[in-house]
Amino acid sequence: MSVLEATVQKVGTDETTGYSSYQLGSFTFRRDEYFAHVSWPKGSHIIEVDRFLRAMVRDIGWGFFYGWIFFDDIFGTTNHYGTVDIFAGSYDDGCKKAGIDFLETFKAEAVSEAFETISKDWISEGYDPLNAPLETGTPIGPKGKERTDPLLRAFIAAERMLGLEGDTPTRSEAAGQKINRAFADLEFDEPEIECEEGFEGQLHAINLFDHIARSDVTWNPSISAVTRANICCVTSEEHMLPVIHGNDRNEWFIQLTDEIHWNIADKNTGNPRGRIVMKAGDVCAMPADIRHQGFAPKRSMLMVLENGTPDLEKRYASGELKPYPIDYA
Amino acid sequence: MAYKTHTGSLDSYDKGVIELDDDLRKYAFSNIFEVAGNSAPFERVAVVQNLEYVAEVVRSEGESPWYAAPHDEFAIVMDGEVTFHFVKLEDDQVPGHEGGAIRLGAKPNGPNMGRVRARRGHQVLLPKGAAYQLVSDNPSVAILQTVDGPETVKKWDEICVLKGEQA
Repeated sequence: MSVLEATVQKVGTDETTGYSSYQLGSFTFRRDEYFAHVSWPKGSHIIEVDRFLRAMVRDIGWGFFYGWIFFDDIFGTTNHYGTVDIFAGSYDDGCKKAGIDFLETFKAEAVSEAFETISKDWISEGYDPLNAPLETGTPIGPKGKERTDPLLRAFIAAERMLGLEGDTPTRSEAAGQKINRAFADLEFDEPEIECEEGFEGQLHAINLFDHIARSDVTWNPSISAVTRANICCVTSEEHMLPVIHGNDRNEWFIQLTDEIHWNIADKNTGNPRGRIVMKAGDVCAMPADIRHQGFAPKRSMLMVLENGTPDLEKRYASGELKPYPIDYA
Repeated sequence: MAYKTHTGSLDSYDKGVIELDDDLRKYAFSNIFEVAGNSAPFERVAVVQNLEYVAEVVRSEGESPWYAAPHDEFAIVMDGEVTFHFVKLEDDQVPGHEGGAIRLGAKPNGPNMGRVRARRGHQVLLPKGAAYQLVSDNPSVAILQTVDGPETVKKWDEICVLKGEQA
């Protein structure tokens, strides 16, 4: 796998819409009022611009996450933890058979810079792709006034546990983070901590639901607690996961409230395998050989358990580890 | 528009569906309230396994044994109320096994650190260096984030949806 040294280059600006076009390696990115257009030497692809931007800002914010991030069935990225593939059609049967699939590998910083540059140019005031569709404006139309607030919000990540002294704080009213409208019916009380003299600060508890309910973003996890490399992520999910995730390891979902519908497909071909509907209290593994996309009719709370052991992706890719998590009796 | 948030409990939960053209065992689909309801009090049943890491579900009912682990663990209460009692361990009392909780024979001889009373949605640190006990007046449910250990109970065949049918 050769890694290109390329960085993002501005190609030009459309005088009608005001948006600029960009090139990274052999990929060119252009948008019009409704769509993003991605071109490469053997082909081109069109993606509805809201979906494209929702996927792109999450991909950067997640640090390209674990494994494959499909913006749709054709275009996406693969994280190699230091380098990143940008691909088009590489995991789509039709594109491969037509011989138009294409993939290039870049340094992760180069892809981050490119996606951030494109996002900043293509996102105008009044539209936040990290918000649920009901809570933000639209990206369609010509370029508007430039946004001045942060476009990208990375993981909120606890080192040990959210809210511990010296660790990442939980979201709060004091920080201006309101309970989301979809969780306004819940009561949020605080756990009662009674420390004996001399042990102050050694016992700790938080209202995790309160932390999740105050999130202003969707499909954007925060790490709440870490046991060695056992990482508990929590997130609020509304509308649809704007990417299709193909993990490079097994991960687990625990539905904390409400429900999410997951479409499951083969990771390499995209061929559908079926669906899973998870309701409050349900637990389900997402094996390492699938891709999945979630749909949440109402904003819900989801807990994701990830194994952050370094180089785990190589052990799955080599076949040393099976792509599913449980051995039955 | 007023929203209604759906949560589950031991007494009332809806289980979802898994409809796949695949071996359903790979997905280990279960429900924590069903698992807790069908298990003995304080049986630490694995519902998640990521190699050496697990999430266990317990039905807290009465007083649990005392536990300790050589690393931090975390509990999320999902139904009812659980009071966690903590006792400080001396350095030579901290378990030295590879991982996961072990059951102690009795309350350890150390100073009481205090207690945490937690209800649905609360996450509690079970810190390394402390022994802990769960106490509930009424049946309650908690998820424990930990390492696969001597107290981890695995009964995947019993708790998971294994064949293509309504979950």
